[in-house]
Amino acid sequence: MQEVKVAIRNGKFTTSMQWGGSGEPLLFLHGAGGPMVGAPFLEELAQVFTVYAPAHPGFGSGTGIEHIDDVIDFALYYHDFLDELQIDSPHIMGHSLGGMLAAEIAALAPYRINRLVLVCPAGLWLEDNPIPDFFTFNPQQMVEHVFHDPSGPMSQMFTEQLQSPEAQLEMYKCLASTGKFLWPIPDKGLKKRIHRLQLPTLLLWGESDKLIPPVYGEAFQRAIPGSRLVHFASSGHMIMLEEQDAFVEAVSDFLLE
Amino acid sequence: MKCHWFHLMPYQDLPEDFKEKHPSVWVDVSSELFDPARGHQFYNEYLDQLEFADSLGFDGICVNEHHANAYGLMPSPNLILASLARRTSNSSLIVLGNSIALYNPPIRIAEEMAMLDCISGGRFVGGFPVGTSMDTNFAYGQTPLTLREKYREGHDLIIKAWTEPEPFAFNGKYNQLRYVNIWPRPIQKPHPPVWIPGGGSVETWDWVAEHDYMYAFLSYFGYEPATQIMKGYWEAVDRAGRDRNPYRAGYLQLIGVSETDAQAEKDYAEAASYFYHRCLHVPDYWAAAPGYLTLKTIKSLKSPFSFEQLADLKWKDFVEQGYVIAGSPETVRERLVEVIKEMNVGQLFSLLHFGNLSAELTRKNTELYAKEVLPFLREQLWNEWEDRWAPHPLKEEDRMPVAAL
Repeated sequence: MQEVKVAIRNGKFTTSMQWGGSGEPLLFLHGAGGPMVGAPFLEELAQVFTVYAPAHPGFGSGTGIEHIDDVIDFALYYHDFLDELQIDSPHIMGHSLGGMLAAEIAALAPYRINRLVLVCPAGLWLEDNPIPDFFTFNPQQMVEHVFHDPSGPMSQMFTEQLQSPEAQLEMYKCLASTGKFLWPIPDKGLKKRIHRLQLPTLLLWGESDKLIPPVYGEAFQRAIPGSRLVHFASSGHMIMLEEQDAFVEAVSDFLLE
Repeated sequence: MKCHWFHLMPYQDLPEDFKEKHPSVWVDVSSELFDPARGHQFYNEYLDQLEFADSLGFDGICVNEHHANAYGLMPSPNLILASLARRTSNSSLIVLGNSIALYNPPIRIAEEMAMLDCISGGRFVGGFPVGTSMDTNFAYGQTPLTLREKYREGHDLIIKAWTEPEPFAFNGKYNQLRYVNIWPRPIQKPHPPVWIPGGGSVETWDWVAEHDYMYAFLSYFGYEPATQIMKGYWEAVDRAGRDRNPYRAGYLQLIGVSETDAQAEKDYAEAASYFYHRCLHVPDYWAAAPGYLTLKTIKSLKSPFSFEQLADLKWKDFVEQGYVIAGSPETVRERLVEVIKEMNVGQLFSLLHFGNLSAELTRKNTELYAKEVLPFLREQLWNEWEDRWAPHPLKEEDRMPVAAL
């Protein structure tokens, strides 16, 4: 995969995108933590698909967040993105915030999307199981909520990466942009539109996800007609890192059905 | 020099072990700690103190807005000023202020401030803070990243509502109004003075300087950070091509006046400790939600303003590092003149009640300050400058007398 620059709406938005592979197009939408540059699961998926993994406006190198006021603007930005890059009938996979976004993109125009993969998406709110206020988390709390094993090597790597002031500033920026779509409660009306997701949809959930607990998986499954829900026993919120091989297999199998 | 009597109206009965037993004084502080009967006493005691300050000739009496906290019991400072407008006759009535982004629509602020200006005969000063992250983002649910943009749009709408003589339509990003036409209108023309309290955000300085407003730095972090902040502000004033008139700057100071320096410690050490260790017991995770501060401001801060860093301070630190200026009248005069000159400020927000200071000691502090400090500051400082940010009330003979029954 290579990193390419992209300009949307005559440069109103610019971003960089990891791009590569061959096969059916697959758009990956990252979560609140920012673009997962160089993540091996994207390379793996690029063996089977043409992967497009851009940074959102306001995340990483993505600019133009000031032109996006809400999640519908955000979803329409990606419709423009697909138009301008002439990506026909893509699969869309979104993680967390990106999962909410993927659902909104598909709800606006389900007929233009091939298949949908939602990896522990945000977007719903269950009164009895409120999503914790992750905007107030310190790195330690973040690790405890997103990883199956908070003392494992992956958690340690994450914590170490967050030691540098540059990484902290980048995280601050990502969460600031995330606030436009999830503050103060991560429910921005998807429940009014989710019935429109009449396309093949796969939901993936880590059984130890403490950020968006598995009970939300059931809520999504109930709301999306015919959707399939798969659990991962050794994952928290970061399945694609925590159980990479099983994750890639589940996604590939579903998309190639 | 202008000296204003500033009240935060803290809740005084937080327990000794508050810091150990409770995570925060703000946002999620338990309401079980609040006794409404004590609230009755505090409000009335505090109103008495502000009215007393007016009777002693303070230039202004001043309150501000906070939510979901025991630090300051003033979700609606305009209610407090409405009461004071009827019970005082000379001091400026200063609200520092209303957090514009929290009002929907913000013309409510234009209306209420116009009412206060009319009731008080034009003694009113309107402050527009962005508001703390605890108040705006956490307690009032505002999106951090767009808070400042919404604030500025609200400001533009309020100023236009005060100054446009005919009804107009306002098509903003956050406010759409087909007919803006506020009644009543303020006495002061073109509108009451606008003062901007700030906590040190870089872009606020340029904005204040461009608009020719008064900037009030509400500092709790002592002398050193305050001088740095004010230096940044004055550079912004230079950039905007404005003069260095000290009256375009204010700052807040905890002050304790006693007979001697030693007596000041006896009188004020406990209340200062209550203020810094209970009223400001705010964990870092509430202090700035992601997006509340701009990246530019974050990069400009040498160290972030963290309330947690206050945790170990003792009386000696408070006094030596300028968190509190306290001592005999002579000590207080000397230190204040030094700080005021260093920062070039013309408006001093004197915090003469803080923490759990008793009514008796508050009265003593206020009297000693009014008698021994205030006249000295007035005589010594800034008489060569005109205060262009003071309110312009009606002439005395045109003003209604107080409570003319």
